Order: sequence, then structure tokens, then C-alpha cells
Amino acid sequence: MYRTMKREEKAVYELRELYERFGYMPFKMSKFEEYDLYARNKDFLKSERVITFNDISGRLMALKPDVTLSIIKNTITQPGCVRKMHYAENVYRASGEDGFREIMQTGLECMGDVDLYDLCEVISLAAESLRIIDERYVIEISHMGIVSSLVQELNLSDEDRALVLQCVGAKNKDGIRQLCVGQNVDKIISLIDQHGRADQVMSELAPLCTNPDALKSLQELKAVTDLLDDVVKDGRLIIDFSIVNSMDYYNGIVFQGYISGLPSSVSSGGQYDKLMRRMSRDGKAVGFAIYLDQLQRLDRERRAYDVDTILLYDENADMRALSEAVRELSRKCSVSAQRALPEKMTSRRVLRFKDGGIDAND
Amino acid sequence: MINVALPKGRLGEKVYDMFARAGFECPSILENNRKLIFEGDKVCCFWVKPSDVAIYVERGAADVGVVGKDIILEYQPDVYEMLDLKLGACRMCVATKKDFHDDPEKTLRVATKFSRIARRYYAEKCRDIDIIHLNGSIELAPILGLSDVIVDIVETGKTLLENNLEPIETIVPISARLIANKAAYKFKTGEIGTLIRELNRQVNGND
Repeated sequence: MYRTMKREEKAVYELRELYERFGYMPFKMSKFEEYDLYARNKDFLKSERVITFNDISGRLMALKPDVTLSIIKNTITQPGCVRKMHYAENVYRASGEDGFREIMQTGLECMGDVDLYDLCEVISLAAESLRIIDERYVIEISHMGIVSSLVQELNLSDEDRALVLQCVGAKNKDGIRQLCVGQNVDKIISLIDQHGRADQVMSELAPLCTNPDALKSLQELKAVTDLLDDVVKDGRLIIDFSIVNSMDYYNGIVFQGYISGLPSSVSSGGQYDKLMRRMSRDGKAVGFAIYLDQLQRLDRERRAYDVDTILLYDENADMRALSEAVRELSRKCSVSAQRALPEKMTSRRVLRFKDGGIDAND
Repeated sequence: MINVALPKGRLGEKVYDMFARAGFECPSILENNRKLIFEGDKVCCFWVKPSDVAIYVERGAADVGVVGKDIILEYQPDVYEMLDLKLGACRMCVATKKDFHDDPEKTLRVATKFSRIARRYYAEKCRDIDIIHLNGSIELAPILGLSDVIVDIVETGKTLLENNLEPIETIVPISARLIANKAAYKFKTGEIGTLIRELNRQVNGND
């Protein structure tokens, strides 16, 4: 069964097993959710465009573009405890100019009294998920607190601050210099330049994080990377500050996963206490999603044939013997019994069924 | 090995010279033949239509590429914009006939190749506009009365002048940028980093 499974299908099973081993409960949701949920939190979604329709009673519904919001909505937290959930769902998102795409997504959320341990568990599970998909992965980690407090130090209007954040996301140093004419941008520029393992980057970060907020965030980042040092090895955990998620929802640690050979990130996550507060939930939250639809790009070799064997028979063939022959062949390879060669079907070989058995001449 | 998408044309040739001086040569690119891909020791280069460079880089067919800021602003690709190469400097302008008088009560008809840039620019000014998307010979539009103004790239302003047009507002200065694919940057950090350092030395004379 495993042999014919596609990479993304295999990943879904293996990841589910991983998450359940760590005590994450499955979360299943319906395809639809009231549109209002997304309208109230549209900045949290990657795109504002959602497929909507009216249900029988006239309520405006949406095909789910996201799972996290639904999990929060259905979660009640309890002091001292965390709720841990995992899911594998298809979500529907706008893609480019030409409409919507169905994206297979799996992920997990940890909500409640989240502490340093939980934070590290979630990040290490993200890393382990990537490793299961492909050994050649990198997980990149940043702290929103450091980025935002360094941007706050600059004297900027709200619009320009948003533009500077965009520049941080694009590592666009020239853009920042242009936006902040006459201001000292050395610290933020130096922050953009940081890229590497914690032990390479930490000493460079200390002189940048001088204000109390930045310092506190740096200590948190250090605590997390120190703890993860034993878990995510071989320089696969990289500090880089170009991950810029919405400041209205995310605070604290954010991270993204990449797999060699895929052009964009396959995993994205972080701490979103602010979103919890916006949805009137107590406690903190951290989680991540893995976008499985990209994984098909990893299988470079295409299937050489549609089926291994085409078995040709004629109308006089003994059906019982034919059925037996097909079953016998199917134990070793894929087989398609046909009375004539199908025009568009390719196969490694064509065998003939003759006189109650497979023709020895083939 | 870094895959590089270079914009076809004069700008691309200048950029290649910078790459060569930075130690990222690809001599076969100078041969006059019909090959599409040229391999050097450290880079593999290919020429693509300038407006396509960002697509090659965003989708990972190229690790890095060189593209005008106009294309970045128009298509907003999800890439790292690593360095202003300060080549091909020009500006994105609003231009119109010399005797044009703007009536703010009327919807402004804007002919352009750069619909998004134009829309964003006028949205900030709260001006109601009608975009007329053209693919070339933009200057014709105001002359024939197809549009009131155009939004286009102005280098010297000579074409405009010869057709009795003039730039009236500058939207943004434009120059060539080195862009990098976000995932490629994670896996080829060292090589891409060296390339950028060397190019930066040529452009800004420092590290």
C-alpha cells in the first residue's frame, strides 16, 4: 500500500502518528464556517478573499480558508493546562489573479498556559515534521518582539513603519535607507544582515537589543534556541529576521520551514497570543501549519508507465482462468486487462492471454 | 552553483560584466550562438525577458536575478530584494500633453503598462481614475485622446519631448535590483552572500 502512496499522502499519515505520540488530539471541522469569523479577523488570513455562499437559512457561509481560527473558537482553556490539537484539512485560498486553490494543510496548535517547554515542543515538532518529509530541511526562527521594538526606535509614521517592516521581510536595506533619511538605521540594517546558527548570531544581536523590550525578546529567543540546540541539529535551526507576520496577531517567536528543492516555505508558525486576546480567549497559543500541496514538486521522477502490464484477451477467453491470471500478475505488478490496446495507456509490457494461460512467447 | 536570470538587453550585459568582475564568470555567454543556458564555474546564467525575471526567481527556476524596481513594484514578487545595483536609473512618472489642464472633478483616464503602480499612486491621492492597460507605445494614448495622462518609465525624457509631452509628477525612482529566491538563500547562503558582498563593493565601494 505504501508503495503507491504519494509523498503528501504518506506525510499526512506519518505526521498524524507523530502528533498523536506527543499527545495532540485530532481536530476535525466541517468544510464551512460562518463568514463572520473570517471577516472579523481578515488580517490574520493570508488573503482577504474567501469563497462565500448563503446557506438554507440565508446565513453567509465561507469555505474554510484557515483552521486556526476555528480551533480557537472551539477551545476553552484552563489555568495551568494546555490544549493540544492537530489537524489535516483542505483549505481554500485565493491564489494570484486567477481564482482559488484547494490546499492540503496539516498542523497543530497548543493553547492555554503555554510556557517555554511548550514553545520548544511545538518548534521541535515542526522540525521533526520537515525531517519526515525530507532530510534536507532548514527551520528559520525569528522573534517579532525584536523586530518590532527596533522598528519602534525609528521616528516614523504608521504607514512608513509598515513599509519598513515590508523592507525587513524582503531584506531590502536600500529601501530602509530611503524611507528613513536622516535617521540612524545601523541597528535595523544589521538585524537584516543576521542569518545563521544561534551560536554564530547571538553575540551580534546583543549590542542591537538595547531597549528593554528588545532585550526581553532576545532573552526569550536565546532560551528557546538553547533548548532546541540538542533537538534540531546540524545547523538546521537558523536565526533570520526576515519572517514578518502580521504584528496584530503574532507576538514572540515566529518560524518558517524550507525544504531544499522547493521554491517557497512549506511550513509556517509562531506564537499568537494577540489573536487569542482578540477572540476573547485567556492564555497564550503557539502552532504551525505545513502546506502539503507543494510536496508533489519533490518527486522529480515521473511514473514511466500508466501500468506495468497490459494483458490482452479475446472474447473466447475462459473468464475464470483470466481472472486467476490477472490476480496472479497483480501480486507482482500493476496490470490492466483489456481486449484491445488502449490508445493513450502506456505500459512496460503487453502480454497476451491465450488458450487459458499467458502466452509463453510474450 | 548559483542559477542566475539575467534580463535580455543592454542592462543585462552591463550586469553580466559586474558579475564577471565579482569573480562569477560565465565566459560562454559572450559567444555568439543560440544557446539558452550558459554554465560557468560558479554560476549558470540564462537570458530572459526583463519582465519575466521576477517570475523565474520567485518560483525558484533561478536562485538570483536582476530586475528593474518597476517590475518589483508592479508584480510584488515574494523574493528578497538584496541590493540596488544603481544601473539603468530612471523614474516612474506621470506624463501628459504640454497644454493639458487637469480637472479634478473628472475621472482621470490613465494609460499605462503599470496598472498596479498607477492604481496605488492615485488611491493614495484619493483620485478617481480609469486605467487603460496598454502593452506598448504608451505615449500615443494622450496624443490621440485615448487617455488624459500616462504612467510610464522616463529615462531622458526625449521621446516625451519629441511628442510634445512632459513629465508632470515623479512617482518613484527606478533602478536595477538584485533579487534572490527566499528558499535558495537558505540553502546557498554562502555563495549568494559572497556574490552580494562583491557586487556591493562595486556599487558602494564598501562592505
